[in-house]
Amino acid sequence: MNSMFLATYLALKEVIRNRGRFLLVALVIALITLLVLFIAALGEGLANGNRQYVANLDAQLIVFLEKSDYIISSSRLETNTSRSVRRVEGVADAGAIYTSSTEIVSLAEPLKVSMLGVEAGRPGMPVIVEGREFRTGEARETVIDRNVALRSDIQIGDVIEIRSTQGTDDKFFELKVVGLVEGQSYFFQPTIFVPPATWEKIRPQSESELSSDTPFPNIVAVKLQDPAQAEEMTARLIERVPNIEVTDIATTINNIPGYSAQQGTVQTQGVFTLLIGILVIGGFFQIQILQKVPQIGVLKAIGSSNGVVGLSAVIQIIFVTALGVGIGGGLTYLFSLGFPPTIPLVFNGARSLIAVALLLSIGPVGGMVSIIYAVRIEPLKALRLG
Amino acid sequence: MSDIALEVRDLLKTFSLDGTTINAVDHVSFQVKFGEFVALVGPSGSGKTTMLSILAALLTPTSGQVLIDGQDMAQMNEKQRVKLRREKIGFTFQSNNLIPYLSARENVEFMLRLNGKLDHGSRIRSDELLARLGLAERLHNLPAQMSGGQQQRVAIARALIHNPTVVLADEPTASLDTERALQVVQTFANLIHENGRAGIIVTHDLRMCQFVDRVLQMQDGKLVRVYDTKEEIMEFALGTIKH
Repeated sequence: MNSMFLATYLALKEVIRNRGRFLLVALVIALITLLVLFIAALGEGLANGNRQYVANLDAQLIVFLEKSDYIISSSRLETNTSRSVRRVEGVADAGAIYTSSTEIVSLAEPLKVSMLGVEAGRPGMPVIVEGREFRTGEARETVIDRNVALRSDIQIGDVIEIRSTQGTDDKFFELKVVGLVEGQSYFFQPTIFVPPATWEKIRPQSESELSSDTPFPNIVAVKLQDPAQAEEMTARLIERVPNIEVTDIATTINNIPGYSAQQGTVQTQGVFTLLIGILVIGGFFQIQILQKVPQIGVLKAIGSSNGVVGLSAVIQIIFVTALGVGIGGGLTYLFSLGFPPTIPLVFNGARSLIAVALLLSIGPVGGMVSIIYAVRIEPLKALRLG
Repeated sequence: MSDIALEVRDLLKTFSLDGTTINAVDHVSFQVKFGEFVALVGPSGSGKTTMLSILAALLTPTSGQVLIDGQDMAQMNEKQRVKLRREKIGFTFQSNNLIPYLSARENVEFMLRLNGKLDHGSRIRSDELLARLGLAERLHNLPAQMSGGQQQRVAIARALIHNPTVVLADEPTASLDTERALQVVQTFANLIHENGRAGIIVTHDLRMCQFVDRVLQMQDGKLVRVYDTKEEIMEFALGTIKH
């Protein structure tokens, strides 16, 4: 207890009496924090933009067309697949999902959105946070992501106009907004949801596709009676329903084109920034310990234990690191206020928390060598008595 | 209770250098009583600094015994030696004596903190000791804001404040001018005598010996001569004895 008190006393006295020097180090840590948190927030934001809709599905398994390699855009299922899936024992419900992109043109500035066809009340249809679900059939109604509503000031009851290229012509369709959903980005775009039959009518399509009125879903979201049975149900579905492959949500997300590569890039940037941080902080504390060799020698010669010397260094490093991360966190928050909403920065993700935890550890990890060095200093040599 | 604060018995410390064994301290024995101030003198390489390092429990002897307050250092592990340094030994060095980020008062009080003895009474004692050493106006000064002599006096206060059995001083006046050096050693001697501690000073400057009770002269690791009468010491200190 006395060792802890002494170590804290020495550590804080030194920080207070040399506050300029330690503040400088804290600012370096703050800049590293700023960079790492931005990278983490960008990673989280990009990941959300890509996966949010799929990640939030009320389903455990996703059915794809056989040999589509679990890539949503490559999969085009038979129109009755969702019915076949629903008949399999152990399936609680299943909903077909149809994906495409379109553009809302009735706004001051056109907004590109992901247009998803989903079956009302079935897996794939997100939870309505305001308003109601759309009617089935060919109802020209839509439920939109709150993000779309916020960016474009669209209200429930408004009519939006979308433009789709069908064949060689641009076609314009009106949809009435009947409800809002939340956090449903897909493929880096906010989403609007429509009934499957409507989706088939208004989606962009090639000349050859225009002759058909039958919508083909990309995937089917499967909700199981017992989510713990996912593995058995995967095998059962493949056995009972022809020409499909089945996987879980995580694999589906990882196979979204570019998702893994993008996340890998962002994570590598973050890791390298942390490594640079560790080296910078480690270098600083090592230089500081080298400057303090005679002083540590005196401390040991007059009876301070290795524990006090080592603990003092640890406390100092933790204090300065925490101060730096605190300042960096504050700076990040202030900077983030100035960023436009089009830049996908998400600070409330697990990624930011992990980043903060890692940042708090860069001081102690970087300073490890200097701490060991401090503990091993021999007073005799430090004082040049030997 | 014995009046012997420090006893050195047949102390030997050898070093190997290029395959040759050197006796840095060569079978030395002596005692220092409580309240006695002793000077350890000799030319460079005579073994006095090695001797001081062993007495400070910073170096282990090859053979022989060092007893402080009757406790044999040779029987102690590192943890016990650290405790001994903290409780029984006061130390001043040539330079880099003080913790640079602690004020004069904090440097002295640190010894009390280290021993778990810092309280209102000991704080007052610490301030009184510093005042006695002429540092009443310097209590809140950092070492960098004080002269070399003032720093040495703070170091002396730190070496004495926890009432150690033995106070060791390694060339404490090396960086001071003669007048300051004499003042510092005289004050040191007075405090040793008043507090009944055993003091050992290693010095090159023989003039400093005029304030000690005994002079131990070393050469080639051996204790070659002891001056223990006031007349001998004064003659030695003033350079009238050929040594």
